[in-house]
Amino acid sequence: MVGVGGATVIPGGDRFRAIMAAVVPESVSLSDDEWTDAAAIIARAIAARPAAVRRQLGLFLRALDLVALVRHGRGLRSLSAAKRTALLESLARSRVLALRRGVWGVRTLAFMGYYARPAAARAIGYRASPAGWAGVRARSGVQ
Amino acid sequence: MIERDYDVVIIGSGAGGGTVAQALAGLVAEGRRVLVLEQGARLADREFTGNELDMSDSLYEDSGGFLTADGTMTLAFGRIYGGSTVVYTGTSLVAPRRVIERWSVPGLAHGDIEERSRRYMVENNVHFLPDEELNDNNRLFVEGCKRTGYHAEQFPLNVRGCRGSSLCNLGCPNGAKMGTNRVQLPAAERMGVQVVTRAEALRIEDRVVVAHVRELAAGEKGAPSEWPAGSYRIRAGIVVCAGGSIGTSALLLRSGLARAVPRLGEGFTCHPAHILVAEQPRAITNDVGHPKSFYVDRAEAEGFVLETCMYFPFVTAKNLTGFGASHSALMRAFPRLQMILVLACDRAAPGNRVAVNATGRPVVHYRFTDAVVTSLVRATRASARIFFAAGAERVHAPSADPPLLDRSMQDRLDSLISERNFQSGRISISAAHLMGGCGMGRSASDSVTDSWGRVHGIPWLRVADSSLFPDALEINPYVTVMALADRTAQAVRADAGELLGGRVTLTTA
Repeated sequence: MVGVGGATVIPGGDRFRAIMAAVVPESVSLSDDEWTDAAAIIARAIAARPAAVRRQLGLFLRALDLVALVRHGRGLRSLSAAKRTALLESLARSRVLALRRGVWGVRTLAFMGYYARPAAARAIGYRASPAGWAGVRARSGVQ
Repeated sequence: MIERDYDVVIIGSGAGGGTVAQALAGLVAEGRRVLVLEQGARLADREFTGNELDMSDSLYEDSGGFLTADGTMTLAFGRIYGGSTVVYTGTSLVAPRRVIERWSVPGLAHGDIEERSRRYMVENNVHFLPDEELNDNNRLFVEGCKRTGYHAEQFPLNVRGCRGSSLCNLGCPNGAKMGTNRVQLPAAERMGVQVVTRAEALRIEDRVVVAHVRELAAGEKGAPSEWPAGSYRIRAGIVVCAGGSIGTSALLLRSGLARAVPRLGEGFTCHPAHILVAEQPRAITNDVGHPKSFYVDRAEAEGFVLETCMYFPFVTAKNLTGFGASHSALMRAFPRLQMILVLACDRAAPGNRVAVNATGRPVVHYRFTDAVVTSLVRATRASARIFFAAGAERVHAPSADPPLLDRSMQDRLDSLISERNFQSGRISISAAHLMGGCGMGRSASDSVTDSWGRVHGIPWLRVADSSLFPDALEINPYVTVMALADRTAQAVRADAGELLGGRVTLTTA
């Protein structure tokens, strides 16, 4: 849990998990342990940001709920996956910079939580290693 | 407050600070005391793991996520023993003549920059990689360029014993990249220059650097500082600032020097960049081999440069536009992805500047000019043509609508990729070539320093980093930083007699 000047961002909580599911649909399949890892990565990233950025993030998350309430009569967490995604996409193309930037910020955190885990990197076929060419040759059995 | 006394204090250990440290190391044999303060840590070779998150946290300011004031661009710069030379790809180019001539700095000739640049390129083992070490990502770029009429040139690289990990931007895990952490700083230390890491320069007073040395935090990579944690007041006969465009500008602003040099912080440029990706029909070698071996220089004609590149999963995900199922599909194609980095050659513009907030933290104000947006769009169109010519099935272009273009759209690239789709805050833009803020020039009315890095009106204060650039360089900047830092060091040596004179330093450390 990370305090953000009055608001609180809980990467492990339902709200962020709902956002993450819209940003990286595969995240719904994360095990509890994997989700804990992802949430810890996000929490650490938020804690390391300047106070002003943390404050803006907290405000944007509140605004997301508010927009969901106005448009759909319910909070973000209660929306279907399709509606959550559509809402984020509409805000990402908003004429208001703060909203576009807000979506960019939460998607960046979601991507970090998901793809910065070595298991996710391996799952998409990312194989870079310090061994470089020698590693590739070893994997393919070429001497 | 712990007191220390040195003849020369250098703030920063990257391309500028490392160069000055080595160039002034001879002063130690003459009985002078030379100190380098580095804000970042000193990592052991085994701590360069290539892990994306760990290394970003350990090597970059704000873990690589430093944002401009309006949050629309990410600025990447190193905070480590060796500075940004630890995290660049080692591409080594001499500044173009046209750029140095356009800068019009009195006393700065292209021939002098070129001579010094070539000397450091030899020292850093700069050479071309042999063909057999080039990966498919680079070969496809060259092939696509040939078919579309673009002239691809090979980057000279400063590597020794490169194993092709592709992890350059996370600090070479094999110690193959010849940054100042491998070459100039160790040489300077062998000659008696002291380097103190985890030491942040808070402000500069009259011939004094006020610094804070921090403890090694639990779980943090790197060695403890060479000095005990605490606050320091370091007297110095000469202070050389080499903390980079943002670091040096912010330090001098925090020190209240804007009254003496009103142009301080102005003239910030950064080569704003996009990462573009394309899907090839088959798996290619992309995450093995040096990532950045070729480029296309269209700076003079069209205001952009294209470079091959390869990034890591999180950085790649962040730089693709959008999210959701289509984004995930592109990420799952990682083994088939070809990548190009497009860079806009921006110009110093009013309002684009480095400032500091109430706590003294740097704040970078940057607005994308119409010219920059046009350059990025042109560069994206060129890249899309190159991708398709190299056989790509789909191209992801952030300033296209839709962003994912397939081969059937090849004939409509000019209309699909357009300035009207460029929405800052939605499209990921990043920059790693951070320049200006302490630009060179004639006097305090038009600049911060002269062509030798002397701050106007403050003879004991010098600058030796990319903040000296009065405008964008249009190429990868580290070699030019070394050349300018070499000039700064030469001027320090020339002025040392007058500035240090019979100065006696206390030997308390």
